[in-house]
This record gives sequence, structure tokens and C-alpha cells, in this order.
Amino acid sequence: MKAPANALTIALVGNPNTGKSTLFSALCGVPARIGNYPGVTVEKKLGKYRDVTGDVTVVDLPGTYSLAARTLDEKVSVDVLLGKQADVPQLDVIVAIVDATSLERNLYLFTQVRQLGKPLVLVLNMWDRAQAEGIKIDLPELSSRLGARILTATASRSVGVAQIKQAIREAAGAVHVSPASIFVGGFQEETDSLQTWIREQSGLELPPFLVERLILDMEGAHAAELSRRPELSGLPLRLSEIRERLSAAGQRVPAVETKVRYTWIRSQLTGIIERPQAGATTTSDRIDHVLTHRVWGLVGFAAVMFTVFQAITWGTSWFMDRITDDIQPWATGLLEQSLAPGTLRSLLSDGIIAGVGSVVIFLPQILMLFFFIGLLEDCGYMARAAFVMDKLMTKLGLSGKSFLPLMSSFACAVPGIMATRVIESRRDRMVTILIAPLMSCSARLPVYVLLIYTFVPDASWLGGWIGLRGLVLFGMHVVGVAVAVPVAWLLKRFFFPGEVPPFVMELPSYKIPSLRVVFFRVWERGQAFLSRAGTLIFCTSILVWAAGYFPGDHRPLQSVTAQIEALAQSTAGDDEPPELLALQTERRQLSGSLIEASFLGRMGKVIEPVVKPLGWDWKIGVGVIASFPAREVIIATLGTIYSLGGDVAEDDEGLQSAIANSKWPDGRPVVTLPVAFSIMVFFALCAQCAATLMVIKRETNSWRWPIFTFCYMTGLAYIAALLTYQLGSLFVSS
Amino acid sequence: MHTLADIAAGQTATVIEIIGDDSIAVRLMEMGLTDGEPVKLVGRAPLGDPLEILVRGYRLSLRTSEAQRIRIETPQPE
Repeated sequence: MKAPANALTIALVGNPNTGKSTLFSALCGVPARIGNYPGVTVEKKLGKYRDVTGDVTVVDLPGTYSLAARTLDEKVSVDVLLGKQADVPQLDVIVAIVDATSLERNLYLFTQVRQLGKPLVLVLNMWDRAQAEGIKIDLPELSSRLGARILTATASRSVGVAQIKQAIREAAGAVHVSPASIFVGGFQEETDSLQTWIREQSGLELPPFLVERLILDMEGAHAAELSRRPELSGLPLRLSEIRERLSAAGQRVPAVETKVRYTWIRSQLTGIIERPQAGATTTSDRIDHVLTHRVWGLVGFAAVMFTVFQAITWGTSWFMDRITDDIQPWATGLLEQSLAPGTLRSLLSDGIIAGVGSVVIFLPQILMLFFFIGLLEDCGYMARAAFVMDKLMTKLGLSGKSFLPLMSSFACAVPGIMATRVIESRRDRMVTILIAPLMSCSARLPVYVLLIYTFVPDASWLGGWIGLRGLVLFGMHVVGVAVAVPVAWLLKRFFFPGEVPPFVMELPSYKIPSLRVVFFRVWERGQAFLSRAGTLIFCTSILVWAAGYFPGDHRPLQSVTAQIEALAQSTAGDDEPPELLALQTERRQLSGSLIEASFLGRMGKVIEPVVKPLGWDWKIGVGVIASFPAREVIIATLGTIYSLGGDVAEDDEGLQSAIANSKWPDGRPVVTLPVAFSIMVFFALCAQCAATLMVIKRETNSWRWPIFTFCYMTGLAYIAALLTYQLGSLFVSS
Repeated sequence: MHTLADIAAGQTATVIEIIGDDSIAVRLMEMGLTDGEPVKLVGRAPLGDPLEILVRGYRLSLRTSEAQRIRIETPQPE
């Protein structure tokens, strides 16, 4: 893409917890585009702002401690910075953002970035805190020593942002002199000779930064890519020879890199930075002492998690009810008034309005969860939560960072999977994403309630404190977790083999969270969900509507519906006339037989032999197929199939008795206790949620994983339901 | 051989080297655990693992298995 002369492209780089995303929001507001870099799970976040001279495109790179690139995900950031990433324009300026209160470690990344040979702006962020802590830095001297423009900022309060914009412009216009490498002695000669060798072999002119990385990154992603060229197949051998020579000269790779960089940083900072007595107990230390305490740490953690869980379940139910109980019926009502019954009306109301509803219904939980994640991250507790839970989660083969995403999945897997972005290890993140849908989400609840209240006797013990129904309900939630443990183990063993990722995590100081930061976080996630996953969920809803609608002659049903509506209007307010009741019964029967004749109903009949071993008849089969896009749909589908109309609830006695009285052709009841359990187990384990699969697609940036999730969960659900029914039947009959 | 996993909460020790050159070792070094650097063990998580340490003026969490990769000089009681 060719940009106008005065347009700039810049990138933000920095460690995690430096306020990089906050600076991004302060510069650009809401991101213009959030996507993925092709082939990897790295989020591609672009924003735009306009200064007096022209447009500036801002690329927000993921937070990182180092530009060492061992994995493909890490390689993307380096390629963007080097201008080698095809879908990102060449960078004009790199903005390195560091935490002013922890300069030494933060400058490690800066020492790598400065060797990229691009104009640099160094932002010392969290300046307000550095000042509050009494840190004094001789900025002009630091700037001349580091060879970069230096600015101070407090991005969370938008302080210093205008100056940063100005400095970016100035840096882009100035002549840039690449600083000399900080590596000395034999290292420099090795870099030069390797660069020459690569040029001679392949004609490639690699930037000095990349040549250094080839030597420094053991099993590096760039070396792997280059060695795939036939003319550079000798590269790995050459690299190991170079490393041997360096090691003999006392510069052992990889230790030499960190040693040289940290020594250099310390020499640059000597004499120009003043810190009050390090090690003095701060307020943050005192808070930390309580929140990581053996007892209080666990109590605090449980309290925080309980609050978050309550908020995403109870706290959002009002909003979700408004969507399903008020807004959707209102929109459907408007439609019914303005349009006669027909295919178009059915498409609009049962396809499109329901489809939009099925997307929007996830927003309250997503927004609420990310509100809390934003709050917990910004105040510094998020890292402690992972710290407290890590030991427990290692039993699952995961790390403490997987706890919150998995816990949130008990409310809904969609926000839970979106929350896995905090896990930087690809292996842990993938396993967490793939087992998250096994956690029993709130959409399974109606199915459990319907079947438990129909088939499980209302027995209780200990004076009513322990009820059988409650126990069964609890048991259904345990099923998912119990299955997730071996699944996680198998996934790690066979699909994501490799070493255990490190749990080396910074524990940032506590601070008062900034509402601005939290707001942007919530906004960004909501937007990301709607723009990517939302479209796919919507399309799935339309497809399923079509499968349940076609083929079939809907004219009798439409004329009955028109009669009902005319009658209802003329007798508004009066008692329901008997002919209305008759018409309604006729409508239910018509829609019941239409769904039986539809593609969906035919599918149910076709799969009856497959589901018969589970104890199901075709009606349950149809209900299950129809609920693949969204499991809660089964209640309405069963209502339609049993000719009760689609507007039934899980505690509807009509539906409960219709299911209980459903018979096989030979008169045996269809749904017995073992069948009820086989249905519940199936729902507990099956991936009946288009939204979850679409979010997995978005987060893993591949169709492979949603398809994999769908297949493994459906297979697992089938086997478990089969076992439940077959074993259950043995017990019940004996 | 002493490692960072051996010292008690509140003790400070000096790093000699990080054992190995895999990605975990590199990450530990990148986080500032280089030879000659003093490290203080601040405490342990409620369940006994991971550890919280103070290095280069900031707090870092790592598992006992990772702390065992950090060779230290014999710690001095405070």
C-alpha cells in the first residue's frame, strides 16, 4: 500500500504492564482494525490518528520482554519491526514505551529495538508514579547517552500525549544514524562475516539486527526460515560453529546477550538516576503481603473470583432477559403488525431478528467479564491471581493464567475463550481454549432443569438442605471438569508436545485502576467480538432457520396465523373466544408437522438409527440437531416438535408432561430416567454452540481448531451418552 | 550446589549462572537474572509454589522448578 508523503506508520513496542495499550488508546482512541496476522495467533491491532501534518497509522505490537524469536508468534513482531511483514507497511518511527519505575529491566528490550536502525522515540511512561516514588532521572543526559528522543508520559491520564505525537513527527523527519552495536570483541567480526557469507550464498542483504539474532537465538525462527532455502542449507552448521568459537572466546550464546545488554544498560544509567532507598516497604508491598498470604491470600482470591462469577452470571441476567424477553418480542411484534405471515416474515423474525439476538445475547457477559479483567489487570491483581492458582492448575498441566478463562467459561465459553489472550504460551493457551467449552455454561442449565424436574424425584435429606435434584445438577457441572482433565492431558501429550512453558511472570505494583483504561479494554473486546465472530454466528442462525423452514408448504400455517392475528386484534382485551383456542391448537399441530417435514426433521429421522443406542427417538434427535448452533434452542424446538408452540420455558409443565408421555410406536415411554441422563450427559459434553466455535476460529486464526473441537466434543458426548444409557438401563431394569 | 529454590523467604543471594540454554533459561536471563546480580526471595504463593523474588528493583514470580535452574552463591543470613 502506497501512503501519501506526509502519512506515517509507527509501531509501539514495550514490555507487558508498561501501559502500552493505554498509550495506544490515548493516541488513537478505539482501534480501527483488530484482526490476526496470517497463520499465527498474534493479534494485529491497528489504529489511526491525525496530527497537523497528516495521518499516522499506529501498529500496536504484543507486549514482550525481548525480540528473541524462537516461535512463529514471536517472529511476527520482529518481522513487523523490520518491515518484512507483508501486510504491514514499512515503519517510519518506532515508539518504545517503558515503565519509568523499573527502567533497568525495561531498557533491555530497548537495547534490542535501537539496533533495528529505525528512528526511535523512547517514552518513559507511568511518570506520575516514578515521581511519587521519588525517582529522579537526568533526562537530557539519558537522551544523549541512549541516542534517542526521550519523553515522559502518564498515558492513563493522557498526560504527555501531544508531545509524543510531536516527537514522532520530528523523529520521522530527522536524519537517522544507526547506533553502533553494543557487542564487542569477536562478536562483531562474526556478525560481519556471517552477513557477507549470506550475501554471497543467496544474494540476500540482511539487516545487521537480523544477523545478530541468527547467532543469538538458539533454534531461532528466523534461522529456521532461512535454512529452508537450498542455497542457505549450510546455515545451521555455520551458526553452531560461530557459537562454538564465541564460547571458546568467553562469549557463550545465549548468556552473552543478556550479560552484554544488562551491563551496557547499567553503565548508561550510572550517575544519572536517583532512587530513594530501594527495598523500603511500600503500600504495594503491604497489600501484597496480605494478598499472597497463606490464608488471607486464598480467602481474598476466592472473594474476588466469587464476585467476578456472580457479576457475569447474575449481574448480566437482567440485560440478557431484556434482550430475549423485551427487545426481541418487541421487534417481532413490530414486524407482525407491518407484514402478513409469509416466508419473508419468517426469515426476518425467526432468521434475522433471532440471528441478531443470538449475537447480541453474548455482549452483556463479554462486556462484564472484560470490565473485571480490565479492572484486575490495571490494579495489578491479575498477576497475583495467576500466582495464587498456579500450583493447582499445574495439576491440569496448565498454568495459573488459565484459571480465570476457565472459571468464566462456567458462565459462558465465549468470553472465557476471549480471555485466554492473557496466556502468552501458545501451548497453554490452545489447551485452555480447547477445554473451555467443556465447562458447563449457563446455556446448559435450561436443559438440565427441564430433564431434572421431569424425571428426578424431589427427594431431600438433612431437613431439606441436600436435595437430590440439586445434587444431580451439581453432578452435571462436575462431568465437564472431570472430562477436561484427561482431555487436557491428551491434548498436551499428542497435539502440543514440547517443554513446559516457563511461569516467569512479572508481579506489577498495585495501583488504583484507571477507568479510562478499563473502558477502552471493554470497548475493544466488544468490538472485536461483534466484527469477527458476530457475523459468523449470525450466518449460522440463518442457515439453521432455513433448514427448519424448507421445504414444506407453509400456506396453511400462514393463513391460520393470519386468522389468529385478525381475531386477536378484534377481540383485544376480551376473554379468549373458543375459536381462538382451536386455531392455536391447529397452528401448533401445523408447525409441528412442518418441522417434521423440513430438512431438519428429515435429518432427525435419518439419524434415528444413530441416536437409538442412546435411547433417543427422532424427536430428541431433531432437538439435538437444531440445538447445534445454540444449545438452549432445544427447549423451543422440543416445544414445536411436541406441538406446544415454540414459546415454552424449561419449567413449563406442558413440556415436561409431553416429554414424560412421549411413546415409542409400541407404547413404551421414550424418555425414561436413563434416557434423561443420556441427554443431559450429551449436552454437558457436546459443542452445541456456534458462537463458541466461531470465537475459537477467531482466536486461533484457523478453521482447524473449531472443527477439531466440534468433532472431539461431539464424539465424546456420543460415547458418554451411550455409556450412560446402556449402563443406566442395566441398573434400572435389574 | 545451591539454587534459588533453597533459600528462605527474606534471604538475599547472588546469582552465579543460569543452568542450561533452552528457552526457560533464556527467559530467566532476559528478565534480568544474570551472573553477579543479587536476588531476594520475597515469599511463596499460598499453596507453596511459585516463588516471588525481587530482582533489579522489580518483583518476579517463578516456579520452584525454574528457581532450581538459578545457581547462587551460598546465601548469607540477614
